[in-house]
Amino acid sequence: MVTLNHYLILSAILFSIGTAGVFVRRNLITILLSIEIMLNATNLTFVAFGRALGAADGQIIVFFVMTVAAAEAAVGLAIVISVFRHRESLNPDSFTNLKW
Amino acid sequence: MSDVLLFYLLGAVAVVASLLVIGQRNPIYSVLLLIASFGALSGLYVMLDAPFAAVIQIIVYAGAIMVLFLFVVMLLNAPHEDTEFDERVHPLMRPGPMRFGAALAVALIVELVWALTKRGGESGQFPGGAVSSVGAIGRSLFTQYAFPFEVTSILILVAMVGAVVLARREGQER
Repeated sequence: MVTLNHYLILSAILFSIGTAGVFVRRNLITILLSIEIMLNATNLTFVAFGRALGAADGQIIVFFVMTVAAAEAAVGLAIVISVFRHRESLNPDSFTNLKW
Repeated sequence: MSDVLLFYLLGAVAVVASLLVIGQRNPIYSVLLLIASFGALSGLYVMLDAPFAAVIQIIVYAGAIMVLFLFVVMLLNAPHEDTEFDERVHPLMRPGPMRFGAALAVALIVELVWALTKRGGESGQFPGGAVSSVGAIGRSLFTQYAFPFEVTSILILVAMVGAVVLARREGQER
C-alpha cells in the first residue's frame, strides 16, 4: 500500500537533489534546471497532500506554482542571455562585479 | 500490489533522471533528462487521482518551459565549461563545492526522512475514492481563487515585459 509518507519521502529526495545541483554545479543553466527540480518536488507534495485531504486545492496550488515557474524561467533565461553576452561565460564564478 | 510496484518504478525513474540532470556535462542532455523526470512525475500525479496536474505537467512543463530552456541552450551554443580543469574533471567530482553541496544534500535527505518517519499515530493512508474532477478545479479556480488567478495574469505580463527588456541587445534603440 502506497501511503502519503512514500510520496513525501520521494519529494524530499527530489528536493535534496535539486539543492545539491544548485550548490555543486557551476553552470547557470544547470542551476536553473535544479531549481525546476525543487519546484517539482514541492508540487508533488502539494498533490499528495491534496489527495490525502480529499480536496482539489492541492492541484490549484500546483497550477499557480507552475505559472510562477514559467515566469521565473522566462526572466531567469533572459538574465542568462544578457549575462552571457557581456562575459561570454556561463560560470557564476566569473560574475564578481558586485563582490566587495 | 501493482500500484506499489508502479510507484517505485516511477519514483526510481524520477530520482535517477534528476540525479543524471545534475551530473551531465552538456546542458542539452540535462534538459532532455529533466523532461523524462517530469514524465515520471506526471505518472505519479495520475496515481494520486490528479489528472489535471498530470496533464498540465506534460503540456506546460515538459512542453513549454523545457522547450524554452532548450532554445536558450541552443542559442547560447556553450555546452562546454570554461577552464581546462573543468573540462577534464566530471562536474560531480570537483573538490570544493562538491563536498559542501553533497554533504548538505545528504544532511537534508536524512533530516527530512527522519522528520517524516518519526510520526505519531497517523497511518498516512489515503482515503478511498476521491477522484477530483477538472470541473471542480475550474469552478474553484474561478470562484474561491479568482483573485490569485487574475494576479497571475499580471505576473505573466510583467515576466514577459521583463524578459523582452532584459534580453534586448544594447545600442539598438534610437
